[in-house]
Amino acid sequence: MRFLLDAEQRAFADSLDGLLSSADTPSVVRDWSRGDHTSGRALWSRIAAAGVFTLAIPEAYEGVGPLPVELAVAFVELGRHAVPGPLVETVAAAVLLTESADPGPAKRLLPRLASGEAMATLAPPGSYALDGDAADLRLVLTADGLRLAPDHGPVRPSLDPARRLTALPPSGELLVAEPPFVRALRWARLATAAQALGVGLALLDRTVAYVGQRTQFGVPIGSFQAVKHRLADAKIALEFARPLLFGAAFTMTERDVAAAKVAACEAAYATARTALQLHGAIGYTAEYDLSLWLTKSRALLGAWGSPDECRAAVLHGVSGDGRRS
Amino acid sequence: MDLTHSPADEAFRAEARDWLAGHVPASPLPSLETAEGFAAHRAWEARLAADRWSVVSWPAEYGGRDAGLLRWLLFEEEYYAAGAPGRVSQNGISLLAPTLFDHGTQEQRARVLPPMAGGEVVWAQAWSEPEAGSDLASLTSRAVRTDGGWRLSGQKTWSSRAAFADRAFGLFRSEPDTPKPHQGLTYLMFDLRAPGVTVRPIGRLDGRPAFAELFLDEVFVPDEDVIGEPGQGWRVAMSTAGNERGLTLRSPGRFLASADRLFALWQERGSPASARDRVADALIGARAYELFAYAGASRFLDGESLGPESSLNKVFWSEYDITLHETALELLGSEGELADTGWSEGYVFSLAGPIYAGTNEIQRDIIAERLLGLPKGRR
Ligand SMILES: Cc1cc2nc3c(=O)[nH]c(=O)nc-3n(C[C@H](O)[C@H](O)[C@H](O)COP(=O)(O)OP(=O)(O)OC[C@H]3O[C@@H](n4cnc5c(N)ncnc54)[C@H](O)[C@@H]3O)c2cc1C
Repeated sequence: MRFLLDAEQRAFADSLDGLLSSADTPSVVRDWSRGDHTSGRALWSRIAAAGVFTLAIPEAYEGVGPLPVELAVAFVELGRHAVPGPLVETVAAAVLLTESADPGPAKRLLPRLASGEAMATLAPPGSYALDGDAADLRLVLTADGLRLAPDHGPVRPSLDPARRLTALPPSGELLVAEPPFVRALRWARLATAAQALGVGLALLDRTVAYVGQRTQFGVPIGSFQAVKHRLADAKIALEFARPLLFGAAFTMTERDVAAAKVAACEAAYATARTALQLHGAIGYTAEYDLSLWLTKSRALLGAWGSPDECRAAVLHGVSGDGRRS
Repeated sequence: MDLTHSPADEAFRAEARDWLAGHVPASPLPSLETAEGFAAHRAWEARLAADRWSVVSWPAEYGGRDAGLLRWLLFEEEYYAAGAPGRVSQNGISLLAPTLFDHGTQEQRARVLPPMAGGEVVWAQAWSEPEAGSDLASLTSRAVRTDGGWRLSGQKTWSSRAAFADRAFGLFRSEPDTPKPHQGLTYLMFDLRAPGVTVRPIGRLDGRPAFAELFLDEVFVPDEDVIGEPGQGWRVAMSTAGNERGLTLRSPGRFLASADRLFALWQERGSPASARDRVADALIGARAYELFAYAGASRFLDGESLGPESSLNKVFWSEYDITLHETALELLGSEGELADTGWSEGYVFSLAGPIYAGTNEIQRDIIAERLLGLPKGRR
């Protein structure tokens, strides 16, 4: 038992952090929000070159996975830098294709996802697909299986300007008759939880920096106890979500993943509320970069399983396991 | 990254589980906040100690098993899952013992630790005073030099278990004119039955004498009962205050067991629906606390000290404990009000969590200033 990231995993996080820090992600996000995907695509290629998508893809299809712990490490960094695009969806699509009985579509499509040449999106049943206008592969779950949709419906804005939602027509080539949606959902939830934790950590860091420098009444506002205590609570929520995330990545049980999703997303959202409040009016502007993380925290809370659905999965998981051993 | 326990660790866990299965009293002991319950709990400590289960993480020479932090966590998990009694020696084991391991002399350890491990000498913590709560450094009880030792005078309060305990440890002002309040304090141990000590039990919310006031009038303490250097008491005390807030006071095993019991209660009662989310949150919170502890234990094994991180623990478990018990009372409906169910007693006790071991406001200050690096402000 050594429940800590090892040196290699930490180095992987640091290298992604370096890559993303130098990429000026805020301007990439703003381009993406306007429907201009050029800079986002370029960043996507660099993220793929760093190996992020290979983590969900087995060696047989030109990946190195499945490596859920490393995937969680990567998605924390993607969240910390507010990277836009169907990141989670590409991972979920990869798992759906990998685990299918028929290896044909996997052989054809997975190497393209692993290399970053193609970006995939996926509409959960009855829901929207993220960034259907940008994705190359649009997967849709229909009554008879997983299909490759030929096009996408109109782009609808999300409350997070960087998320562009599209309906997909339930038509196109039938890829898999009985897709393993439950497994893909688990990976999607894990990646979303990790991304949310990253979003929360970025919000906390930025807010700590801001309250240390903004003065009112002649002192930094960070010296006021009401301000400190809100930030302390944000820190507690994030620091207790972190082990849940990595524990879930280690076990990959439905229950642990659902618990991580609730805790990380709720911690990030609560941190967003605190971050906005402590920034005052400047936090409430689209010009100021904080907004890029604020709205994402709310969107991730609902994506791939609401807190209510995830809590149900936790309760269900305990009934199944019986007493812990 | 690994969450699997080694076969040797699992064997240790299994041994603990077997022992507990064969020895945990079939019916709960009377409350340890009564004279009768205190005696019964002492006897339980002796039973634990006889088979070296009372202080598993201590060195064997003092009655332990040299088990590391990880095995201690596994032991605690089994202990609470087995429904074993509350630990009457908690203050001594989790506060005084670590202090003696860090700052005591060989002679002090040999003299104090074995009877503590066996429940023969139960210790009380005498830190707080009527005018020194959160601002503990403002304490005014005095230690005055005398032949071969010190004379203590003043008043201590809120001393848990002091109504029935044998000895106490605490901070006293030995140099009255220092420039700063944290200086000139001395940490020492004294006998609660020594001449000059008056113990007045104080009823807790439920009326039981769970803590006490101590009036000290020229109480003699020999030099060998000073811990660390005279005048350096603050440093000695603070180096172990983290233990109180951190893991050793509230192990994850306790909350894992409570969350499992809450879940069983929910399955049995199934209502009200409004409590469902909180039942799920109790399970999630216990798992988070367990994994947070494993991460902390891993860092500790790597030689890191946990320091101000224990403040994260303190706020988390104290708030968790209250919500968990509130949820149980809600599930119990009108029965929730009955005072003789385990849940309601646990509820009343949980209410004190955000107050003792350093209030949660003080912990949030520590988190903000020491972990987040925010500027110090006016208190
Ligand atoms: C069940 C129980 C058991 C205890 N057992 C022991 C024991 O065994 N030994 C022992 O020595 N003591 C014990 N205590 C005492 C405990 O350590 C103190 O109660 C605690 O330190 C707080 O001190 P106080 O009660 O004087 O409250 P105060 O310090 O007067 O605080 C009152 C309120 O003001 C707030 N406050 C004070 N200062 C600040 C600040 N700077 N910023 C923000 N808020 C502030 C506090 O957080 C609190 O909410 C016990 C207490 C309880 C409830």
